[in-house]
Amino acid sequence: MYSKILILYFPPVVAQNAVVCYLTKDYDLLFNILGAKFSTKEDGIMVLEVTGTRENYKRGVRYLKEQGVRVSYAEQEIWRDEDKCTHCGACTAVCPTGALSVKRPEMEIVFDKEKCSVCELCIVTCPSRAMGLFSKNAESILP
Amino acid sequence: MGDHKINKTYQEINERIRKGKAVVVTAEEIIDIVREQGPVEAARSVDVVTTGTFAPMCSSGAFINIGHSKPLIRTTETWFNNVPAYSGVAAVDCFLGATQTSEDDPLNKLHPGEFNYGGGHVIQDLVAGKEIELVAKSYGTDCYPNRKIEKVVTLKDLPSATLCNPRNGYQNYNCAINRSDRIKYTYMGTLKPDMGNASYSTAGELSPLFNDPYLKTIGLGTRIFLGGAQGYVTWQGTQHKTAVDRGPNGVPLTPAGTLFVMGDLKKMSPEWLVGQSIRGYGCSLSVGLGIPIPILNEEMVKYTAVSDEEIFTQVVDYGHDYPEGISKSYGQVSYAELKSGTIMIQGREVQTVPLSSMVRARKIAAQLKRSIEKGEFLLGEPQHMF
Repeated sequence: MYSKILILYFPPVVAQNAVVCYLTKDYDLLFNILGAKFSTKEDGIMVLEVTGTRENYKRGVRYLKEQGVRVSYAEQEIWRDEDKCTHCGACTAVCPTGALSVKRPEMEIVFDKEKCSVCELCIVTCPSRAMGLFSKNAESILP
Repeated sequence: MGDHKINKTYQEINERIRKGKAVVVTAEEIIDIVREQGPVEAARSVDVVTTGTFAPMCSSGAFINIGHSKPLIRTTETWFNNVPAYSGVAAVDCFLGATQTSEDDPLNKLHPGEFNYGGGHVIQDLVAGKEIELVAKSYGTDCYPNRKIEKVVTLKDLPSATLCNPRNGYQNYNCAINRSDRIKYTYMGTLKPDMGNASYSTAGELSPLFNDPYLKTIGLGTRIFLGGAQGYVTWQGTQHKTAVDRGPNGVPLTPAGTLFVMGDLKKMSPEWLVGQSIRGYGCSLSVGLGIPIPILNEEMVKYTAVSDEEIFTQVVDYGHDYPEGISKSYGQVSYAELKSGTIMIQGREVQTVPLSSMVRARKIAAQLKRSIEKGEFLLGEPQHMF
């Protein structure tokens, strides 16, 4: 599962249109509006938490940009689904910072968030799809 | 089995298991027992040694009977959640392979592909009790007029489903490196260029066939832990090889023996059958497999006491040699070295990457040990050796 908090800027002309509802209708993404402020004089802002598959997320963001919406992102964090992780170790091949490493002699795979650079390589490398992404500090970015 | 001081039969050991008196230890625990007591005493006191392994085993799948619909259909094509299953067998029978990708998977068109859903994932979803969309087609006959069926099923609705893995439990496997200047996405995981890492995939001293290197107790009819249930070894696996170079302890130095295993999918669990997406390579299934080794005599206990320091494999280049079919070793390394985190290849220190879960392998060996101790799991005496 892939979840990101997006900060969307709507130029006044775009703000008239139905836009974000199509994320659900056409791209199978769930969204939660964390905050919004609209005006006819200046750019509107909407903070949106978007959840879906990584592929649909990418297509959805591409759609938003095509509609003239400027997209920026809240700070991200990698998380591990402890139930899905089988402690195989495949992720340790690609993790560039050593945030994912083998604890010996137990041979457990440990995830140290402090060392994580959020490069997202583990997400596509984990064969059991145990690694995911989410946005942190949702409150701090509300308009 | 020649002149041994200790001689036990399968029947004697099973009798002790039935009475709850069998002494069972794991393949890790037996190492120190044999070191301390010697093989004869260890063989006298221990009845069974349990092993375990949990890793992607591509040669896995399931024979599934989808049951009849009215009017009848003789299926020639079958899909589970859009993953095709081979249907060139009898009406409503099919074989769903673990590496089969979903029909609309972009594969490696945008390299490296993600391979998010395939046969292995369907098998995991089935044992998890999830609903599966089933579609089957046919050309229609007088006796089977129906040409297409569509339904939503769960594992309970299927008349039979048998996990049937033609090659599991590989006895030893290569340690993979990449000597090319480009990153390689292989079934041995992601291999960084210029020997950036060395990947290996076995449970070492806990792995079933390292503990019975000549398969003296493992044959047709050996009862095993398979996917969380009791299954059986039903034949030698594909690519099974016995004429290989071995160490003084009999353990092969290269990939050697393999097992054909089967079991009732309906009794298995999603914890021990896990769909895998191997970047740039494809889909697979991680299978939990554990084999109890009966300690018939002191010779068997010696085999089970093998430790990572005494098990070796070859370092193979997957950047150039392996894809070209060139058989060349860049060195022989022990599993103790591999598990230490780094190995030396041609004077350079290289980071090692495990692909087989030791955490899960230990859990299988422990679970199997408990089942035997409780009298729930009896040994199956092999009826034919490979």
